[in-house]
Amino acid sequence: MDQDALRVDGLFLSRSGRTVLSGVSFALAPGSFCGLIGVNGSGKTTLIRALLGLLPADAGGIEGAARGHRALGYVPQKIDADPYMPLRARDVVALGFDGHRYGLPLPSRRRRDRVAAMLAAVGADAFADRRLGDLSGGQQQRIFIAHALVREPQLLLLDEPLANLDMPSIAGIVSVLKRIARESGVTVLISSHDVNPLVGALDRVIYLAGGGAVSGRPDEVLRSGVLSRLYGHHIDVLRVHGRLVIVPAGETHPIAPDEPHVERLE
Amino acid sequence: MFADYMINAWIATSLVAVAAGMVGFFVVVRGAAFAAHALPLGAFPGLAAAWLLGIAPWSLILAFAGLGAFGLARSGEKAPHHTATALWLVSMLALGNLLLSRMHAYSNAVFAVLFGEVLGVSNTQVLAVAAIVAVTVIAMALLYRPLLLSTLSPDLAAAAALPERRIATLFLLIVALVTSAALPLVGASIVFSLMVGPASAARLMTDRPGWALGLSVLLALSTVWSALALAYEADWPIGAFVGVMGAVWYGVGRIVRWQSGRLRRG
Repeated sequence: MDQDALRVDGLFLSRSGRTVLSGVSFALAPGSFCGLIGVNGSGKTTLIRALLGLLPADAGGIEGAARGHRALGYVPQKIDADPYMPLRARDVVALGFDGHRYGLPLPSRRRRDRVAAMLAAVGADAFADRRLGDLSGGQQQRIFIAHALVREPQLLLLDEPLANLDMPSIAGIVSVLKRIARESGVTVLISSHDVNPLVGALDRVIYLAGGGAVSGRPDEVLRSGVLSRLYGHHIDVLRVHGRLVIVPAGETHPIAPDEPHVERLE
Repeated sequence: MFADYMINAWIATSLVAVAAGMVGFFVVVRGAAFAAHALPLGAFPGLAAAWLLGIAPWSLILAFAGLGAFGLARSGEKAPHHTATALWLVSMLALGNLLLSRMHAYSNAVFAVLFGEVLGVSNTQVLAVAAIVAVTVIAMALLYRPLLLSTLSPDLAAAAALPERRIATLFLLIVALVTSAALPLVGASIVFSLMVGPASAARLMTDRPGWALGLSVLLALSTVWSALALAYEADWPIGAFVGVMGAVWYGVGRIVRWQSGRLRRG
């Protein structure tokens, strides 16, 4: 039995001939709540695709218990289905259970119970029978999380699930994910260009920049010295009104787009 | 209207309606309506060539529709690739035009190619349609859940280890198959309407995918049955009524959805 849910060793990844990650290493402990942080283009999606087995590594390895599509749950960055597609929230979760199977779905008590349990777990009971396209962004995100969790994966990968959500929705999604990680022992890896909405909840940060990564507890990683070494030039990590602002020296704009979040640092 | 010489017409059009209603549901929710428009019209030179050579049209229509399906699958069926679809469509129309100009049967034949000829369907034709429809129904039943999942999100399908590209290609080939069954009956310009009209209404009338698919088949059946009755009683060309009904169904669907939205909001 592997001690880590996932272990990444010296991973090199490229996309359309361009090297995106060069020698990234980190490990995720079972049941931990981990943030994959980096600006747009730093390789978050590329790394997630590699963890899903959709992108072969140029070098290095991915090991651990959470390998293969059965052990992984996934919430993609963008789902733009036809808003008129006749699909209830409940149907979306059912597709997570057996949507990969060929043939017609026969009525199944096990599927119905699992779907109902997942809808309850993400707090989606109230809109379970509504059409997906009629739900708000935050509600849809809960449904996709239930879709990803319904087959009881060991590792849940979420690609920028908080982008384009309002503050109450973000707080709701983060607390649902945190509770699921704690209660069911699922390891959660959530990517975000902004660390602020997550930082109070994270057990671990994997910070991507310049093709490399540093990982550790948030208070170990989110420091001027550590990030300066990663970026290769001086970075200030400022605490302003309880928010983290990460700025390269000599620039007026922070690295993470500064949206008005109210998450407090511990 | 149920005279002996009409029986084959009833059977053949009913079979075609079942297949078109099923496939049409996925055509609409996948946003592949333009591809479904281009495939039948792109197969039009096949029908013209068969006419010119004096052979049964099925094989040549199937060849052209299949070629179109492969081409579209390689370039992608969705919006960014509409240019390729449109160019295919226009070049095939040009080829058909060239072939028709070599024919001496002119207007009658051209009319039948574009708007269908349902009276005088032979026993062999009925058998061919039945075989094509049987293959279509079985393929749709097998692919039902993978198609729903990959329609919702190609990323989710890929993460569930489904061969997403192959499924998309297979689906376009099924559209080509239904096209080749329907084309000689309702005509190249009308197949699209039979495939898309009932389905576009059905998806607005219910929130459940299975019900929407069933409803799409029922609306397609009612369309061809009324078209056939009118063709017999009033000597209308069958294609005319099928074509108009497609748009009417869409309007009915919008009204039903608008009304149910008002009811839900109170």
